[in-house]
Amino acid sequence: MYQRTLYFVLCVCLLLAPLAIYPVFLMKMLCFALFACAFNLLLGYVGLLSFGHAAFFGLAAYVTGHVLKVLELPTIVGLLGGTLAAGLLGLAVGLLAIRRQGIYFAMITLALAQMVYFFFLQADFTGGENGLQGVPRGSFLGLDLQDDLNLYYFVLAICIGGFVLVYRTVHSPFGQVLKAIRENEPRAISLGYEVDRYKLLAFVLSASLAGLAGALKSVVLQLASLSDAHWHASGEVVLMTLLGGMGTMLGPVVGAGTVVALQNYLASSPVGVWLPAPVVLGAIFVVCVLAFRRGFIGELQALAKKSFNLS
Amino acid sequence: MDFLNIPLPAILAQLVVGLINGSFYALLSLGLAIIFGLLNIINFAHGAQYMLGAFVAWFGVQYLGVNYWAALILVPLTVGAFGMLLERTLLSRLYREDHLYGLLLTFGLALIIEGVFVQLYGVSGKPYATPESLRGALNLGFMFLPKYRAWVIVASLVVCLGSWLIIERTKLGAYLRAGTENSQLLQAFGVNVPLMITLTYGFGVALAAFAGVLAAPIFQVSPKMGSDLIIVVFAVVVIGGMGSILGSIVTGLGLGLVEGLTKVIWPQASGTVIFVIMAIVLLIRPAGLFGKEK
Repeated sequence: MYQRTLYFVLCVCLLLAPLAIYPVFLMKMLCFALFACAFNLLLGYVGLLSFGHAAFFGLAAYVTGHVLKVLELPTIVGLLGGTLAAGLLGLAVGLLAIRRQGIYFAMITLALAQMVYFFFLQADFTGGENGLQGVPRGSFLGLDLQDDLNLYYFVLAICIGGFVLVYRTVHSPFGQVLKAIRENEPRAISLGYEVDRYKLLAFVLSASLAGLAGALKSVVLQLASLSDAHWHASGEVVLMTLLGGMGTMLGPVVGAGTVVALQNYLASSPVGVWLPAPVVLGAIFVVCVLAFRRGFIGELQALAKKSFNLS
Repeated sequence: MDFLNIPLPAILAQLVVGLINGSFYALLSLGLAIIFGLLNIINFAHGAQYMLGAFVAWFGVQYLGVNYWAALILVPLTVGAFGMLLERTLLSRLYREDHLYGLLLTFGLALIIEGVFVQLYGVSGKPYATPESLRGALNLGFMFLPKYRAWVIVASLVVCLGSWLIIERTKLGAYLRAGTENSQLLQAFGVNVPLMITLTYGFGVALAAFAGVLAAPIFQVSPKMGSDLIIVVFAVVVIGGMGSILGSIVTGLGLGLVEGLTKVIWPQASGTVIFVIMAIVLLIRPAGLFGKEK
């Protein structure tokens, strides 16, 4: 019950947020929150650490940018195109990566993502080091998306949709099987589940949603660049999920918000001049791994369980 | 004499270049494999430690008057000691957790180390002079090979094979192999396993630093020199499989050659060829060429 109230309050806050905070900044947060939720579906609920999710995010950003800028198709087509492309790449990467587990899985996804990165570096349609700039935002059902506020509610609706999809997936019978695989894969196999199919489906779903996030990001910031696909971005999404709490629904949202806000702060304040963002992020990584493995939401949940016996 | 309309000397020249890259892959993947064998941790900071090796050598010349030959010994010791410090203070807290946390921790360390150096020295490279005795070039008939590059190949081969011999033929190496198989049983026999883990991590890091010193005169010393290299090395390690020390050396050198060859035949693909090979190997032999399915 308290969970439903929490979600309701959060939604109201997000609806009212542009009154107080710059909408483009909020939209950036939302995109990364969706990205982290998609990633968490895989890490938190299947126990697979992908170190290459930036490839899906980056590919979708490029495809969407290309569809909108060069082909001049409607915004929604661009978003769908980007998501679909990321899903297909997810299928290809997933087919290879699920052949190994644990650390190997992480290394394989990382290496394949790096391959995709090199491809972007050399391909023509990505604009190389400059990236795709000036991606038009277009309109949706007569709603002018050039306007930041209109776009904000458009992005918010899609992100909430993505979040609900992840929520439904995790709490469906399919999600239960995923958790069973996370807890004990041999046992899931012995119960007759075709584990690889479940993993692959989860991987494709996660890649597609990561793609949707990337597609939205290229509409919001009107830019698709190499840094979206770089492995640093893959590391950032791991950090967001870890910091907020992996395997919790709201953790990635909180983590993404924290990391994006922190990056924004370091980029604009004098502190950032002598304290570069990678160092701060790296330090948070180290602290999280050593002392804070459950993340914000995970710790809160543990605390709530202990003191109120809530479930 | 031509092959696929490409003059043979060009192919041979690229093969030699590939062998040089392969030497670095071999040194780095050997270090990763040794660390992984005993600690079950993928050392993401390996690239940063390689960069650290090159920078410490550069500091040595710049501020302390330590020449190249001294640096070749002293730098791996210094950086290896730093690695041992990291292992004792940070990594050792994670051995009871999922091994993925080790990957994440070292990733964080890599970000910190690289970030600090970018902040202090910017992203541009610092030149490191080639030692006097290794200047000039050898005439191989089909190309002029700078003496220094020939030295890199020889030095890395000697170090790789030396490490292999230590692991396969000495008592210390036997302990290491036993620890890789079953560290609890080894501890029951009275071997100080935690100390051994620390030394092993230090040795792996020292190998990375050694590679860094070797690289300093060829590639300029820059904070970013290790960050992309390390991902290629990860792919090398996946291709070779983690099971075998010799496997990581052979795969490293072999893939360097393949990459060199690709540079002549289809230059655009040279950045991605190793990853493509990785994908193919995963399809055919998921455990890697020399790996054992566990």
